[in-house]
Amino acid sequence: MQWETVIGLEIHAQLATQSKIFSGASVAYGAEPNTQACAVDLGLPGTLPVLNEQAVRFAVKFGLAIGAEIAPYSVFARKNYFYPDLPKGYQTSQFDLPIVGLGEIDIIVDGETRTIGVTRAHLEEDAGKSLHEDYQGMTGVDLNRAGTPLLEIVSEPDMRSAAEAVAYVKTLHSLVQYLGICDGNMQEGSFRCDVNISMRPMGQEEFGTRAEIKNLNSFRFIEKAIAHEIDRQVDLLESGQKIVQETRLYDSNKDETRSMRSKEEANDYRYFPDPDLLPVEITTELLDEMRSELPELPAAKKSRFQQQYKLSEYDASVLTVQRVQADYYEQAVSASNGEAKLVANWLMGELSAALNKESLDISKSPVSAERLGGLVSRIADQTISGKIAKKVFELMWSSDDSADEIIEREGLKQISDTGALEKMIDQLMADNTAQVEQFRAGKTKMLGFFVGQLMKQTQGKANPQELNKLLQEKLKG
Amino acid sequence: MYNKSLKQLSTSLQNKELSSVELSQYFLDRIKRYDGELNSVITLNEEAALAEAAQADKIIHAGNAGPLTGIPLLHKDIFCTKGLRTSCGSKMLDNFIAPYSATAVNKLTQAGTVMLGKTNMDEFAMGSSNETSFYGAVKNPWDLKTVPGGSSGGSAAAVAARLAPIASGTDTGGSIRQPAAFCGITGIKPTYGSVSRYGMIAFASSLDQAGSMAKSAEDAAYMLQAMSGFDEKDSTSVDRPPADLVSGLGDSIKGLTIGLPKEFFGDDLDDEMRQKVEAAIDSIKSAGASIKEISLPNINLSVPAYYVVAPAECSANLSRFDGVRFGYRCESPKDLEDLYKRSRGEGFGDEVKRRIMMGAYVLSAGYYDAYYKKAQQVRRLIKQDFVNAFKEVDIIASATAPSVAFTAGEKTDDPVSMYLSDTFTIGVNLAGLPGMSVPCGYINKMPVGLQLIGNYYDESRLLNVAHQYQQLTDWHTHVPAGFEE
Repeated sequence: MQWETVIGLEIHAQLATQSKIFSGASVAYGAEPNTQACAVDLGLPGTLPVLNEQAVRFAVKFGLAIGAEIAPYSVFARKNYFYPDLPKGYQTSQFDLPIVGLGEIDIIVDGETRTIGVTRAHLEEDAGKSLHEDYQGMTGVDLNRAGTPLLEIVSEPDMRSAAEAVAYVKTLHSLVQYLGICDGNMQEGSFRCDVNISMRPMGQEEFGTRAEIKNLNSFRFIEKAIAHEIDRQVDLLESGQKIVQETRLYDSNKDETRSMRSKEEANDYRYFPDPDLLPVEITTELLDEMRSELPELPAAKKSRFQQQYKLSEYDASVLTVQRVQADYYEQAVSASNGEAKLVANWLMGELSAALNKESLDISKSPVSAERLGGLVSRIADQTISGKIAKKVFELMWSSDDSADEIIEREGLKQISDTGALEKMIDQLMADNTAQVEQFRAGKTKMLGFFVGQLMKQTQGKANPQELNKLLQEKLKG
Repeated sequence: MYNKSLKQLSTSLQNKELSSVELSQYFLDRIKRYDGELNSVITLNEEAALAEAAQADKIIHAGNAGPLTGIPLLHKDIFCTKGLRTSCGSKMLDNFIAPYSATAVNKLTQAGTVMLGKTNMDEFAMGSSNETSFYGAVKNPWDLKTVPGGSSGGSAAAVAARLAPIASGTDTGGSIRQPAAFCGITGIKPTYGSVSRYGMIAFASSLDQAGSMAKSAEDAAYMLQAMSGFDEKDSTSVDRPPADLVSGLGDSIKGLTIGLPKEFFGDDLDDEMRQKVEAAIDSIKSAGASIKEISLPNINLSVPAYYVVAPAECSANLSRFDGVRFGYRCESPKDLEDLYKRSRGEGFGDEVKRRIMMGAYVLSAGYYDAYYKKAQQVRRLIKQDFVNAFKEVDIIASATAPSVAFTAGEKTDDPVSMYLSDTFTIGVNLAGLPGMSVPCGYINKMPVGLQLIGNYYDESRLLNVAHQYQQLTDWHTHVPAGFEE
């Protein structure tokens, strides 16, 4: 039977606020356990939550960016369950009245654009974490993360393959960073993903029973977990078994998913409106203010890059994935006097490779956009060749000098002086009359010999176009 | 001395006829002398209180005293007090010392009051008789065989026995007014949002409100004035300029209309109770107010609505008491589930468990709409009834409780009859209105309370009506026999 995969995603994006969603404690990552948990985060008796307005503004920004309806009135609810890392015994979240309603987002897979519906996005607090090591058989609880603001973004079941799911996650990942509402750091858990997967016979309207895979924190794991889960479900279905509605965990070491709890074991969360918090009211003034703060979004930037810089769709989409990268590109183009294509090649080629090698983000690049632009402009005006430029780039990487300073100091300037090149050619031809004869007898491959010799003499500095032209003329006689 | 008003005490302090240390010691001595039988105080704060008093004396000497500087008081043990145990009447918090004080406590401390100790209460404020406390039942000073009411029964009994001039209380369904009535004192619960709930251990967040308990409306006004005000730590605190509750005391109440809800004066109201309340209303009428019968058509639904909403909220509010971070933890738990079950099973008393279970039930899947949602709808209807009534009248009056203090043990096996003892007070909490109780006579030598309900943020007028009544009567000056020395 032909099976169709149906995927819906829940993404938890940690909002890049200074303090927690309901307390003044810091959200900085990596502090000693329980040093960033105040009385409110510890759920001490008598403490009360006060909503962080910045978190609300971030949620509104996100909603506007996906063209969603922003609820003029949304409500926090208590989701009740017991766990040691959940200090109050309930998570403060939003339930039937979320702040962001139905919106959508375009993804591109294999050159095709697809629109994925976003059902809702709501604000909630993160839990703390349990530490199972180093406590002599006991479990430690670290509540630094408790109360960290999250935006949970829930998609419609609109995706049909792992590739689409990954494209959706990547698109959102890029979007939240563009908006400046999430740092997107997946290793630190700032952006994590739950995947709902079900299968149905191709052509069937009705959805199959779904399984949910929790807490995937890399694009690769998402892809592998989905692929594995599709295989598992198809195997079960084809052998006549039923899919159990359950929560599963992906084990990246074993590359498999395994059951955490089934629907029967699932909690009844007994949601009800949190009486400690007032409903969140969004005024038109706030909406206007947030709208005016929206940056150019990835899709718009990409199509502008294609038009303004005459880039291919591929180049434009690579360059606009990250806002810092797009900004770097535009600064470098401007410093290169508009060498858009050449800068794109250098950024995606030499620079990316060098950054990858040292695991650096482009925002930490040792070669600034201005300096890269300066280098590219010297290639464009033929001061140096592309080959020499690579050498200059290496020297720039390990110093603060400009391309011009390095070219000058190292004497790397290209020889484009026709007179000087002609003299060298004449001498070379005089020294190698046999080869000249061969060329003239029709062995045109001999041209390479002369180019090679001259490049050797000039240490690669001869202007290759000029050199070729002159050699052709002279050899032909 | 024990029967002096705050004004008189403050004058004596400022005239240096008396120091705050002497005054505080005097009341500490009364507590030591009388509280053995009353059991109204859980934790005494003697040493720190005397230090606070000495500090107050310095302020008085410097000429910077306010109306409460140097005045001793007791706090209900539901308010967190930094460094001093806050038990909430529960085994669960027998070992809990908060690292902060409640905003209401801080405000009263800043006003110069001296905290003598923490008063007994029904466990987690759940009860109407003060019999559910882990620290034992409180006795009513008017008759030790009877209950003082609850849940602020410790504060009510202590003020009635003149163990402190004033005490704080909290009121979720009548927990200030009903014990005030049972003990013959004056107590006010202001409009929801007037006093910050920060640091006040939550029972039912949308209903809980702190207030003052005192001998008279005037004293209650001074205390409430100091406790009230916006607090950015409490999202439900109301951001509006604090009302002046004191300077309007003494205004004429001529021309005010007092509404009598016919539902509160039906056939089921005890005849003697009706007589006492009507006599009190006649006194108020004699001061120039007019009387009007009104109707609160949905008020009979207030007890059932309350016993859905309050347990629902408490079931979540009390989840944090899990034996993990603070409070009671069972001995050698086998695993996590055992830790939860036994810590909560052993740490909470029966009434608390009953309410948590009721709350979890009404919120559970499949029952939410039938119970919680319906109760919230009823709550809106009740509120609307009051809003409509206040278009016609300025104050609403009724009995505070259907009976005077009942005998200890009488209702402990019958929770529903216990719940019904709050039938006149609960609607006020559901609507978020200010309400108070003032003593208005005796039935079988036990005090009767007159409930007065004001419009939103109209505490000033409410307190003045009570004050005017107390200018015409002296019930509030009576001291129970045996506590007069």
